[in-house]
Amino acid sequence: MLTILDYEAGNQTSVRRALDHLNIPCVITADPGLLKDAQGVIFPGVGAAGQAMAELRQKKLDVLLRDLIDQGKPLLGICVGCQILLDYSEENDTQTLGFFSGQCRRFDPRWRDEDGRNLIIPHMGWNGLRAVADCILLEDISEEAEFYFVHSYFPVPAQELVLATTFYGREFASIFGRPGLWAVQFHPEKSGRPGLRLLSNFYEYCREMSHAQ
Amino acid sequence: MLSKRIIPCLDVRDGRLTKGIKFKGNVDIGDPVDMARFYSDEGADELVFYDITASSEGRGIMLKVVEQVAAQTFIPFSVGGGIRNPEDMRAVLLAGAEKISVNSAAVRAPEIISQGAAAFGSQCIVVGMDVLAVPAGPEIPSGYEVVIHGGRTPTGMDALAWAKQVQDLGAGEICLNSIDADGTKAGYALTLTRLVSEAVSIPVIASGGAGNPEHLADALTKGLASAALVASIVHYGAYSIRELKDFLAGRGIKVRQVW
Repeated sequence: MLTILDYEAGNQTSVRRALDHLNIPCVITADPGLLKDAQGVIFPGVGAAGQAMAELRQKKLDVLLRDLIDQGKPLLGICVGCQILLDYSEENDTQTLGFFSGQCRRFDPRWRDEDGRNLIIPHMGWNGLRAVADCILLEDISEEAEFYFVHSYFPVPAQELVLATTFYGREFASIFGRPGLWAVQFHPEKSGRPGLRLLSNFYEYCREMSHAQ
Repeated sequence: MLSKRIIPCLDVRDGRLTKGIKFKGNVDIGDPVDMARFYSDEGADELVFYDITASSEGRGIMLKVVEQVAAQTFIPFSVGGGIRNPEDMRAVLLAGAEKISVNSAAVRAPEIISQGAAAFGSQCIVVGMDVLAVPAGPEIPSGYEVVIHGGRTPTGMDALAWAKQVQDLGAGEICLNSIDADGTKAGYALTLTRLVSEAVSIPVIASGGAGNPEHLADALTKGLASAALVASIVHYGAYSIRELKDFLAGRGIKVRQVW
């Protein structure tokens, strides 16, 4: 079973619907027992970094997340749930969870897109990935596949953590992390078949890990 | 590189599609949930549902439709029509839509845009604008006037000024519908689309007038639109989404081709 961390993130229900569709057992919860017993955790997120961190701290979920990661529980952060795994976000000038070294920066409207026009912010719509390292999450997904993004801030993790990049004004890390602890800037739950495939790849990894133990 | 989006628009009344949608295949032409799945499978990048139900009973039916679409279709979609306040917005978003679209309600009470953006984020808030070409004058310097109630009621507001205002209020996107072009199949209103796209820094969806793939290409290049809304051009089987995308890709326009 997967758990979706409940901290009233806007997309948690969408993530559950996608997992339901894939027949992956899941529950939206903030219960420490359930989270610790689950095979993996999805850390969703829509909204602002400051608000997300306030919510997590108020419910002491920041500490719980740290415990889960220390325990080796597989975790997938999505969108804001990806960004706040880093140390710091320019959004609301927020100290974030710091599970990975790096920060989150705002797209600059002076940057140009490939047509030479100023960037439209947010980066909203479908964009591709360029894999820079092997990543189980992308198994059996076409290199041409695109994913759905909606964000005004982008992650800048330590270089060695970058698994895939996307171009919007500049190349930014759209997937980063290490095996078992991944962050994706896009919304797999809204990215059609490739997104569903990514979620089921995560679940397969979680199952294998739990059986290996 | 960000792809240009193709967005089918589906009009719904009392939980059923209003226009008889015709296909070569055997799709249920009246069920919005089936059609959402069909277009998603065909490569639509997003969907727009426009609820023209008048009754409050019908609104409940629409929420059921939204829930079913969200449970079966895993691409973003927006819902417009009859959304008057943040409570209406919340209900639609909770039912599973990514975005809500406001049009006449925002003209009557622009604060709905800022309230929605503050509560749910700008990325959720699409402002639909119906625009009519008029003689330029002191009140309407651009020669494009905002109209409401499906084009029947003039507002005395300049379309460019309104576009900038909705952006400042926190709209995340503008869906720009030309009443002049709508239903003509003679092409999108390119001058208008370009003027609005240049006036704002949020994405603009071109709407109204698509009759062939060339029209989409024009809206996305000359018109500078981020996305093109399509209705009858796809509903009646003249072109599939894939055909439209193949054409655009052939013109060097970046579109999502693998799904």
